[in-house]
Amino acid sequence: MNKNTEFVKYKDNNLEYKPKLARNIFNKLLTSIVMIFSIIAITPLCLVLIYVLIKGGSQLNLSLLLLEPEPPGAVSSSAGGIGNAIVGTIVITGIASLISIPIGVGGGIYLAEYSKGGIFSKFIRFGTNVLSGVPSIIAGVFIYAVIVVTKIILGSSFSGIAGGMALSILILPMVIKTTDEGLKLVSDDLRKGALGLGASMYTTIVEITLPHAFKSIATGIVLGLARAAGETAPLIFTALFSYYHISSFNDIFYEMSSLSVLIYNFALEPYKAQNQLAWAASFILILIVLILNLLSRIFSKRTSY
Amino acid sequence: MDKVQSEHNNKFTLRIRSKTDQWIDSGFKKITISMAATVALVLFSILIVVFLESKPSIQNYGINFLITSDWDPVNNRYGAFTAIYGTIITSLLSLLIAIPLGVGTAILLTEKIFSKKVTQLIGLMVELLAAIPSVVLGLWAVFVMEPFIRPLLNYVHSHFGWIPIFSTEAVGPGLLPAILILIVMILPIITAISRDSLEQVPKRLREASYGIGATRWCTLFNIILPAAISGITGGVLLALGRAMGETMAVTMIIGNSNNFSWSLFAPGYTISAMLANQFGEADGGQISSLMYAAFILMVMTLLINILAQWLVKKLSLKY
Repeated sequence: MNKNTEFVKYKDNNLEYKPKLARNIFNKLLTSIVMIFSIIAITPLCLVLIYVLIKGGSQLNLSLLLLEPEPPGAVSSSAGGIGNAIVGTIVITGIASLISIPIGVGGGIYLAEYSKGGIFSKFIRFGTNVLSGVPSIIAGVFIYAVIVVTKIILGSSFSGIAGGMALSILILPMVIKTTDEGLKLVSDDLRKGALGLGASMYTTIVEITLPHAFKSIATGIVLGLARAAGETAPLIFTALFSYYHISSFNDIFYEMSSLSVLIYNFALEPYKAQNQLAWAASFILILIVLILNLLSRIFSKRTSY
Repeated sequence: MDKVQSEHNNKFTLRIRSKTDQWIDSGFKKITISMAATVALVLFSILIVVFLESKPSIQNYGINFLITSDWDPVNNRYGAFTAIYGTIITSLLSLLIAIPLGVGTAILLTEKIFSKKVTQLIGLMVELLAAIPSVVLGLWAVFVMEPFIRPLLNYVHSHFGWIPIFSTEAVGPGLLPAILILIVMILPIITAISRDSLEQVPKRLREASYGIGATRWCTLFNIILPAAISGITGGVLLALGRAMGETMAVTMIIGNSNNFSWSLFAPGYTISAMLANQFGEADGGQISSLMYAAFILMVMTLLINILAQWLVKKLSLKY
């Protein structure tokens, strides 16, 4: 009896949804705020892509992709092309990956397979995180002081090699982290099985665990390359810029152009033709970076084994 | 019996690895150790090289470098106050705006408010935003964004010009456009890391909360966000470090002026912009002063990164 009267006190204790309740209004309000926030978040991407597509994509033709750029202020009406910058970006990124992939994968293997959680491995993991937070321009400053000024590499000062080394400092932590994490995800049973059959650590790692972790390592490397291809700050005083095509292998010891530095240099020029070229270069650069990103997605989706 | 024993032995003889095999095995381990050590080596040499190069300037100007804003290569008088102030103010203000936007987007992505396809699309777009090179964002900011917002800024200036931060007319590049472009750059970082940490909150916490009648946002504020706070804080600090070190887009849009002004519409400087702008043509005392500035930037970002790692460990809840 007593219970029943208490029950009656709550007049509408039916379980219907009441939209006018304060907490429901609050709920809806916040949900719509979050929707607005995410629309704001993706607006810049759409705007940048649209502008680059319109301003850069519209100028696309074969001679643009092959020619060398004209120096600013030159009499000729066209600003030339971005051929040497495309090649330069590929070469510099290639040098960076040649340096950082072996070191990064090796370091990752040590962390995941050999280390037993001691101080050394803890410190290396910590150092990797810290290194990935080092501003990219500092990598450029460092290489400038160590390589460019001292002319330590075959007497060359500003060079494609120096640029590649600066970029490799940025990729290195990414490769180590993904290798480390990729190898840790490999089932321990495989490792124990291989070792139990009498395989050495070397054989186990090279034949069993590395192939299993391949897709996550490849994802990390491709993402690292995408970041390196778009970086400018480490290159502006290591690789500098050049108006000419690479003609021989020796050219990697000299100044080298890249798409990102071309955009930076030409965007600040007062000449319209050069600005147009910067938009075209942006289009190609974004294309390269987005393709690499999609490639990494394909890697990470494909289920091997 | 004897025969059986010997056959048995033949089947399972212990094969001792050849010397080459042993050599490869131990050599491989040593190579991986040395490669892992390379990371520490690079990190330390960056610190040491930048410090040594900046030593003449540190001895010459000492603490004065931090609180004056002369930048006079002719008379060899250097001070980086404007750049340090610019670095801190741009990164903090952009963070202030990017946190609600980034965490809000992350909540939208994890709460399944929209259908799966729409959520995936938004997630993909935020990730692609992170992939756009900063120099392209700078180009866009210079030619599209800044001319677009300039009338707006001038409207604010003409009505609220008595407030110090709006006290100059917007005539082109300046601190505020740099802050806006920094927001675009750090937003994907905050979103990605917040999203990861929100997704890692165990499902049963949410289910239990819904089960006792809590609404979505009640659950979010009282259960989910507190549980994910360690990851979100780490992501925010990483974004702060990134914002401080971000160079290209900021260099192109901040105006590169060493004159100090309280106004957000006036041109300014950040340390990284100063490096990008002057390093190529600098020599002697100027190089050393730029290295000093680089050293300050490096110490700031290192401290923030270390703080981020420490906080993530300290705040993380175990379920």
